[in-house]
Amino acid sequence: MAEGTASSGFPLSAGLRRLTLLQISVPTVLLVFGVYHGFVQTLYRAGILRADSFLGIDYYQGLTLHGVINAIVFTTLFAVAFGNALIARFLEREPNTRVAWLGFAIMLAGTLLAAFAMFTGRASVLYTFYPPLQAHASFYIGAALLVIGSWVGFFNWIPVYLGWRRQNPGKKTPLAIVGIFSAFIVWLIATTPLAYEVIAMLIPWSLGWIDEINVLLARTLFWFFGHPLVYFWLIPVYVMYYVMLPRIAGGKLFSDFAGRLVFMLFIVLSAPVGLHHQLGDPGIGTSWKWLHTILTFGVALPSLITAFTLAASLEYAARQNGGSGLFGWWAKLPYLDRERWLFAYLFVGLVLFFFGGITGIVNASYSVNNVVHNTAWVPAHFHTTVGGPVLLGFTGMSLYLVAKVGGKSVRLPRLNVAVPYLWLLGVALFSTAMSITGVDGEPRRTNLGLTYTNPNSSLFVEGWWTLGRITAVGGTLMLASMVAYFAVFFATLCSKRRAAPSIDFPVAEAYHDERAGIVENFRPWIVVAVVLAVVAYIPPLYDVLRATFSGSEGFSPD
Amino acid sequence: MDRAERLALIVASAMLVAFLAAVAFAVVRLDIGLPTCLTSMEPFESGEVIQHTEDRFEIHYLAMMWDFEPDEVEIPSGATVDLYLTSEDVLHGFQILGTNVNLMAVPGTVNYARVRFDEPGEYRIVCHEYCGVDHHAMAAAIHVVAQ
Repeated sequence: MAEGTASSGFPLSAGLRRLTLLQISVPTVLLVFGVYHGFVQTLYRAGILRADSFLGIDYYQGLTLHGVINAIVFTTLFAVAFGNALIARFLEREPNTRVAWLGFAIMLAGTLLAAFAMFTGRASVLYTFYPPLQAHASFYIGAALLVIGSWVGFFNWIPVYLGWRRQNPGKKTPLAIVGIFSAFIVWLIATTPLAYEVIAMLIPWSLGWIDEINVLLARTLFWFFGHPLVYFWLIPVYVMYYVMLPRIAGGKLFSDFAGRLVFMLFIVLSAPVGLHHQLGDPGIGTSWKWLHTILTFGVALPSLITAFTLAASLEYAARQNGGSGLFGWWAKLPYLDRERWLFAYLFVGLVLFFFGGITGIVNASYSVNNVVHNTAWVPAHFHTTVGGPVLLGFTGMSLYLVAKVGGKSVRLPRLNVAVPYLWLLGVALFSTAMSITGVDGEPRRTNLGLTYTNPNSSLFVEGWWTLGRITAVGGTLMLASMVAYFAVFFATLCSKRRAAPSIDFPVAEAYHDERAGIVENFRPWIVVAVVLAVVAYIPPLYDVLRATFSGSEGFSPD
Repeated sequence: MDRAERLALIVASAMLVAFLAAVAFAVVRLDIGLPTCLTSMEPFESGEVIQHTEDRFEIHYLAMMWDFEPDEVEIPSGATVDLYLTSEDVLHGFQILGTNVNLMAVPGTVNYARVRFDEPGEYRIVCHEYCGVDHHAMAAAIHVVAQ
């Protein structure tokens, strides 16, 4: 395309363009802190840092910052910004700019409140904020505002979508729109009980308006939210995988039906599975733990369908690129293509997710969970899911959006294409070492350097200390990868505009494109999702209430 | 639907069913279970070891910031132990390394597991849930002595 001609994409208004750039840049700046605290974790855990704190930040304070920023703030702000861009491009109408700004302002206010509490050491309660450890009220209020702001962002898309449906009767909704709506329907279902936990229980309790709360109830409501949360992270990446990756690779999406079915299955099965995080908890009957185990295996199905569909799509692309043979075609994909760099980000995410899927099935396997629950195995697992496809998809797409919407070209392209591979190497070392020590019982979320990996402590465990070094090497490579990413991102952000700002994405055609009415309508899936969530949660909540003998007042972590 | 796609769907579903069957086998035939909802026992306020017979013990573990009570216990090998667990303050974790015991200690409730120690030796108990500034130092042990 010649300089100065109109872009092929959707021209964005100045208001939405500025909002998008800001809503991508703010979480990226925060991610710098989040990544730093992740790296320092590996030093503490390896026993290289043997201290309560480093550079003025306490271990558990840093761990809280790492989890909250990376998993909650970065992901939520990004998902809404990505959704705004998808709506504008695929429905060819912008969501209301003022409402979009309002949603962002609420999320930002929440983020700043929570950041205040965390940076001043008033909320070292980790990102799960389990009571009765009690944080400053500003932490809980901040979390509530972040969620409410994201709802505003989502509700802003609904009139645009309904308008599109009216104007395009009988047309299939674009797959990208189906995907991003599924993500936010899952989010809305998940955050409803979370809102109850935070607004009706934690905020009044932290302000002293009520003395005691039911700890197990709060924990159960949290995990009602906590597992669908991971699909809220994952589904936007699935949008990139289904809609964009096949096109970037030079091919087509193998099956449009598979994409639609997968998104609908996520709506139905994301929520009624949370008890697999509470398999070791008291006060919940084993029948309900079984039910959630079976449903969790059900929610593995859409990911297995995805594995097949994406492999088939990549094979088709590779054969279009001249690949042949049973496995020889794998050589014909643009792994190191600097122009099509987004391929590397998405592809490496898929590689990591292969392991994330397998280890996830282990975690959900009922009593097998006894071996790994709350051990280092768990962070080893989720750094190949939320730290795999989600991180690489979200950072890659952040860079893509900043370049596209800002009318810039990506700077440092050679370094950029190395980012995902460096990350892959780092996570491979990190997660392998932690999986081994985890099965051996090494606890997660623990300042190991002071005890378990300290040769002078009576609790010293030699194997954890030895493998901790490998974890730290992995952490260092992960840090290097992210430093490279930040260099590329900020160099691109600060570079001169070269093209007319617009929004466009690579969009794959479907190889098999059949009509299947059942996956073309959200309504029946939402109804089933709500019914299933209620049925799967009423009996365990009843158990929780009758097994709890007394409420708890708040405790400070120190 | 494409033939390969249908086949993939069938294989994936069959795989998941096979995994579930393996888990069910472990529960039913090998008796490796999970804690359930216990409403018959109120949370206790101190830890204790109760010996019922030569090879049947009951231990009440009280978790607190940042210790377990009792923190050192001696048990003869081959004994069956009923473990009851609660917390007097915040959430704590309770994993006996080298066994399948992995429980959460939740204030206001009682958790339960049964374990048999066949091999003599020192079994370490690790608190694996963050419970405040000294969480990393919260541990206990069970010494299993040869009969």
